[in-house]
Amino acid sequence: MLSEIVSLLAATLRISPPIALASIGGAYSERTGIINIGLEGMILMGAFAGVAATHFVGNPWIGVLAAVLAGGALGLLHAVLCIRFKANQVVSGVGVNILSLGLTTLLLQVIWGNRGASDSVTGLKPLHLPVIADIPVVGDIIGKQNPLVYIMLIIVVLAWVVMFRTPFGLRIRAVGEHPEAADTVGIHVHRIQYICVTLSGMLSGLGGAYLSLGWLNLFSQNMSAGRGFIALAANIFGKWNPAGAFGASLLFSFTDALQIKLQGVGIPIQFIQMIPYILTILVLASAVKRAIPPAAIGKHYEKGEK
Amino acid sequence: MKLDVMKIVRIVKIKRESVTDVFISFIAVIAALLVGAVIVYISGSSPLEAYKALYEGAFGSTYDFAQTLTRTTPLIFTGLTVAFAFRCGLFNIGGEGQLYVGGMTAAIVGVSFTGLPIYVHLPLALGAGAAAGGAWSLVPSVLKARVGAHEVITTIMMNYIGILLCSYLANYSFKAEGWVAQTDVVEPSAQLPKLVPGTQLTASIFVALACVVIAYYILYKTTLGYEIRAVGLNPTAAEYGGISVQKSIVVAMLISGMLAGLGGTGEVLGLHRRFIFGFSPGYGFDGIAVAVLGRNHPVGVVLGALLFGALRNGGMVMKQMTNVPTDLVIVIQGIVILFVAAPEMFRIFRRIRKGGIRNAF
Repeated sequence: MLSEIVSLLAATLRISPPIALASIGGAYSERTGIINIGLEGMILMGAFAGVAATHFVGNPWIGVLAAVLAGGALGLLHAVLCIRFKANQVVSGVGVNILSLGLTTLLLQVIWGNRGASDSVTGLKPLHLPVIADIPVVGDIIGKQNPLVYIMLIIVVLAWVVMFRTPFGLRIRAVGEHPEAADTVGIHVHRIQYICVTLSGMLSGLGGAYLSLGWLNLFSQNMSAGRGFIALAANIFGKWNPAGAFGASLLFSFTDALQIKLQGVGIPIQFIQMIPYILTILVLASAVKRAIPPAAIGKHYEKGEK
Repeated sequence: MKLDVMKIVRIVKIKRESVTDVFISFIAVIAALLVGAVIVYISGSSPLEAYKALYEGAFGSTYDFAQTLTRTTPLIFTGLTVAFAFRCGLFNIGGEGQLYVGGMTAAIVGVSFTGLPIYVHLPLALGAGAAAGGAWSLVPSVLKARVGAHEVITTIMMNYIGILLCSYLANYSFKAEGWVAQTDVVEPSAQLPKLVPGTQLTASIFVALACVVIAYYILYKTTLGYEIRAVGLNPTAAEYGGISVQKSIVVAMLISGMLAGLGGTGEVLGLHRRFIFGFSPGYGFDGIAVAVLGRNHPVGVVLGALLFGALRNGGMVMKQMTNVPTDLVIVIQGIVILFVAAPEMFRIFRRIRKGGIRNAF
């Protein structure tokens, strides 16, 4: 029984990075007032870029770097469209998702000649943390994870500290709550928005790299499978707070881990696979009313406009 | 006399706006095709040959054109789905799930009843498919109206749930003999007749065009449509004006979901004559690009659907002739959406024309 629980918790942590990283990205983007529906596409593009770069260079860490850059590029694209060109933020995000799906599926066929999945590449090997890995129970849960899992944990702490304990974080929150006031005190509203939306793309790209390089060691068509949208729900459930978003991501990952465990117990697989999606809806239904988004979310800010 | 002048001004103004709309959509398509050409070139094929094959495949012969219309039909439905909800300020990305659930329900009605005359069975199956699609939109719309849960997330989640449910039904409860996840062929009394012998075009396209007219009528000629559009333009003002925002949201989504359900139904009762799991190559998502390109107007949707129907159909020929994957069409869709989403980009074109590139940005 204990070993079952331990393996379930270890699986939860192992599954969490794509959702957790993207939801933190979502928190940063939406705290500056820019809705980012495009997280899904940014994860997908990151997953693809990670495998493609590893395929050509041979080093999965170069793949991780490529994934972060690819996600960041999409984030920047979304930022430019929303800020410079005043695009409807939801429409732009949907465009990013469709573009990513099309581009990755197309390039999958161009590079590997297969519409389903790429060839296997060298992935990132799990670490064996000295001392911690040897602690009973705890070591089995957090001691033998993929390096990107540890990087994610560091990012969670950093993201929280930056947002709530630094002047930069204060500026981020000011921009999302009241851009006019932020502007009045000399904050460059658009610059903060560009930084945070691009950052959200980079974090999602990193999550995508974990999906492809830390897990299956290949890219398969549309492998993000709605994680970007679940991340958005986690961000709302976590009240636009990196720590809260991480906690909510763990909850979603737990149901995903449970779902995998439950396969083969006699319930048709389709119903088991529904669990994370149903949970997302339930969480939104119960959490949203109490969750107050940043006041200026979704609105375009222009200097000097009223 | 004064009234007449006002009338003319109004008409001219509307015309100028729709001219701008058409212009933006036109430029967006050209721009997307250009970006697509660059991608084709980079991936090692000739863009000219690819587009030539695409065009030949879409419009080269009567057969090709009929096949293009076959692909256009579901896109009219899903384009209307997105456009109708968008008029109420809602983003229904759940078209794919609503399409699946609608198609499956129509198939179940189609195989379950025997001995009914066609004028009873066919409307029954069509109605059941529409109702199922509408029902599938209720969870997101009620949650949106009641607690404000963002419909983009909930409709996407309902997609996964609906498709998984249909996978279960097609694999177990209603599975036909054999290894394919599909239902039995529906009774002849529930089938939409074929229109052009030798092609796949069915009477579903007439259902689609009827829906275009109905959607237009509801949106622009009824109180309900006025309320829906008022909520879409400014919910606070609409509420202040005595319109129930919650009701408009639920009704608009219901109609939107019914349109998607009918789209799936048309494919099932017409093209395939049975529910086949995976029968939609993403029509629900294509509907987003169709609606965005058609500026969320029913007539614009028909034109957008024709374009993407042609791309989908021609894409298959392109794949055979030049080895450029059909997914190029999805890339083009994404780029079209991004271009149309950012109308400010076109102001820059205008400024370049007026004052040179340096002053444009």
